[in-house]
Amino acid sequence: MTDVIHDLDTRRLLCPMPVIKTQNKVRTLSTGDCLKVVCTDPGALNDIPAWCRINGHEVLETGEQGNECFVVLRVGEDNGALF
Amino acid sequence: MTQATQPIKRRAIALVSGGLDSMLAVKVMQEQGIEVEGVNFFTGFCVEGHTHAIRKKDKDKEKRNNSLWVAEQLGIKLHIIDISEEYKDVVLNPRHGYGANLNPCLDCKIFMVNQATLMINKAREFAGDRGFDFIVTGEVIGQRPKSQRKETMPIISQESGADDRLLRPLCARNLPPTLPEREGWVNRDELHDFSGRNRKPQMALAKKFGLDDFAQPAGGCCFLTDESYSNKLSDLWKARNERRYELDDIMLLKVGRHLRPKPHYKLIISREEGENRFLEGYRYMFSSITTVSCPGPLALVDGSFESDEELQQAAAIVARYSKGRVLDEVTLEIRQPDGVARQVTVRPAQPDDVLPAWNVG
Repeated sequence: MTDVIHDLDTRRLLCPMPVIKTQNKVRTLSTGDCLKVVCTDPGALNDIPAWCRINGHEVLETGEQGNECFVVLRVGEDNGALF
Repeated sequence: MTQATQPIKRRAIALVSGGLDSMLAVKVMQEQGIEVEGVNFFTGFCVEGHTHAIRKKDKDKEKRNNSLWVAEQLGIKLHIIDISEEYKDVVLNPRHGYGANLNPCLDCKIFMVNQATLMINKAREFAGDRGFDFIVTGEVIGQRPKSQRKETMPIISQESGADDRLLRPLCARNLPPTLPEREGWVNRDELHDFSGRNRKPQMALAKKFGLDDFAQPAGGCCFLTDESYSNKLSDLWKARNERRYELDDIMLLKVGRHLRPKPHYKLIISREEGENRFLEGYRYMFSSITTVSCPGPLALVDGSFESDEELQQAAAIVARYSKGRVLDEVTLEIRQPDGVARQVTVRPAQPDDVLPAWNVG
């Protein structure tokens, strides 16, 4: 069985916007869900994994394809929704 | 007076900029057993990351978002909040005026503490014991000429609505006791009395905590404190005859060479490959000029040409910054946002043709 992977397009956005969009998207997901974030700011390759470490999400894969990069993460126990 | 043991673990939300002061403020709270989560606000003017992301010359530097990095070092969660839309009113109509250049420092601090206050109020309402009891900032009296003065500290507390739930651990002993101190949630005696622009006390405290890697200098994280950037923003407002901006506008002010040959149009000319790539993403919004017969920059046209001569002049200016600047003629393509394009061949502008007064910023 393969996991359903949700997608998030943050192309053209500069950090911290890809992180903010990732954070806000994760808040709508459930523990164990997977999310693939595509970005054009290479800084996101550091920032999104850092954000994941802080908030207890697992980074499954990162990579670069031409001018784009991507991060695949699995949502941890707390999706970070404040209320 | 104060008690060492508390039945309830008190929780605070800290404004984390990514600089040393807020990092120390959180650490001081953690030392007192306070559970802290961080909040970082994105105003659109944050220097953080953007220039690194855009400019190729910075590619070799390690890229990191300092607020995330600080949160990781402190072992705290970090909420990053996009306030860029609401923040416009702060920039356009600061009740307390501007500090250096177009930086609305005092209103900015009030706004951010107010946002944090709304967060803790909401959390106290919905999350009960998992809510937050107070707000922490890394403010130090006398550190900033406009916002961090003894007289402005109570203004920030009052106008933000935080009142005595706002604690500044680095200078608390210079200020009246706040709720967390009076209630014994924190021990006032273990807070600090830093003041002034001297950074030695912060350095000593960092050393005591074993922190040796932090962003320097404190603050300076906002483009609005930058003279050249503020000039470009003022120019934008003047050209549009109104004081307003969109997020794309303020992003573009961070990139490229900005030349305004006429009041009704401005050229944003890339200076290197990273900027070229960034501006490329805006070609669907703006007319653009690129060189065809030789390598050269990408330029966006903010505004429009009133005549063919103006178009030719703009092309000549762009050619001036291309590899063909010494040639007799250079062919360029002018493309509209809808993709319709035409080519022109011009003699590149000579150094004296590009007037210093056109330089915005």
